[in-house]
Amino acid sequence: MPLLPAPRGPLTDDLLAALRNAPGSLPAIDVPVAADPLLDEDLQLALYCLYELHYRGLDGVDERWEWDPALLAVRARLEAVFEAALDDALAGWVPPRADPTTMDVALRAIADADDGPSLSRHLARHGTLEQFREFLVHRSAYQLKEADPHSWAIPRLSGPPKAALVEVQTDEYGGGDPARVHARLFADTMEALGLDSTYGAYVDVLPGVTLATVNLMSLFGLHRRNRGKIVGHLALFEMTSSIPNRRYATGLRRLGVRDARATEFFDEHVTADAVHEAVAAVDLAGGLVRCEPPLVEDILFGARALVELEARWAGALLGAWERGAPSLRRPVDDRQPA
Amino acid sequence: MTAPARITPYRDGPLLVRGPFVMCDQEGNEIEVHQRTVALCRCGRSARKPFCDGTHRTVGWRAASEPQRGPGPEPSRDG
Repeated sequence: MPLLPAPRGPLTDDLLAALRNAPGSLPAIDVPVAADPLLDEDLQLALYCLYELHYRGLDGVDERWEWDPALLAVRARLEAVFEAALDDALAGWVPPRADPTTMDVALRAIADADDGPSLSRHLARHGTLEQFREFLVHRSAYQLKEADPHSWAIPRLSGPPKAALVEVQTDEYGGGDPARVHARLFADTMEALGLDSTYGAYVDVLPGVTLATVNLMSLFGLHRRNRGKIVGHLALFEMTSSIPNRRYATGLRRLGVRDARATEFFDEHVTADAVHEAVAAVDLAGGLVRCEPPLVEDILFGARALVELEARWAGALLGAWERGAPSLRRPVDDRQPA
Repeated sequence: MTAPARITPYRDGPLLVRGPFVMCDQEGNEIEVHQRTVALCRCGRSARKPFCDGTHRTVGWRAASEPQRGPGPEPSRDG
């Protein structure tokens, strides 16, 4: 179980201290004003920890905190700040027109309009082994629980879109083979590059801009009202995965990484996500609009929100590397792959 | 009785094959697949043929999902 991370400001100071006590004892918590909530260290770490109570829990934190009404009320205040910031970031964006038969085209238009910096191109052509390792540490915040945030949507759907979501998630969970679970393949990649694959091992070094990409999925996944948004998020995630994953594998091979465990995760995603891309856009997103026409805007919003936060995250990494600086809050140990 | 394999051309994308099926090369050697559903390249540009690797997106390949209609090429009488 992941350890409680170190606080990053007054909010996590209060919150993480309270979580060490018994549930039902939450003191009044101040939510400070964040200049940019989408990358605020204190706010995003607080949300990350509160969401983690619904996944694997936190070591030393009583499991009953998960449904503590006072804590949920604090989480709701933090989510309101996060959601308002997302709305601000996407203000002025005009969603493409879409109906059940054209969701795939509309989602592709959102992906194609993404003019954010390309992390995968950089890593394929110029990335150093150290940058690859930093990239894996960032991604571990999601990839070690890959697919879990989207699985929250399964009981909220029915009929064809539910079957489509399960079709995608079945692959994500290795089709029943623990060794093929994508989170396991990612852990293998981390280990092959000399990193610690323990769940939550690197939370302390992850900046707010990275935690926000995972909090986005939890925010969309944990609330039934956001089922359209989590579906849009998954669809666009799958639609923008095959080609970058091929580039990551290319980059690792360029660097002379020969350990198949290091590249298997990326190689697997090239062909798996070519399937998922079609299923998620047409059968899942299109199928959901067919069942629930009013969700069309939420699906597109979820897709666009993913693009927005991924672009900010990629920009932060590339910006740091351009300055010759590490992209993590602290460098991780310099163990080299065996 | 199990349902037969279902093959779906996706718009501007691959052919999805949903099982049960086996894949073999022309010598009869089985092609290993990990998933119950596979995407087969339809644009001809994949670097992982016969599987799709997403390249159709980067080359702007276009095709409808439904079958093409039209006269097609004239059949040759000479064989």
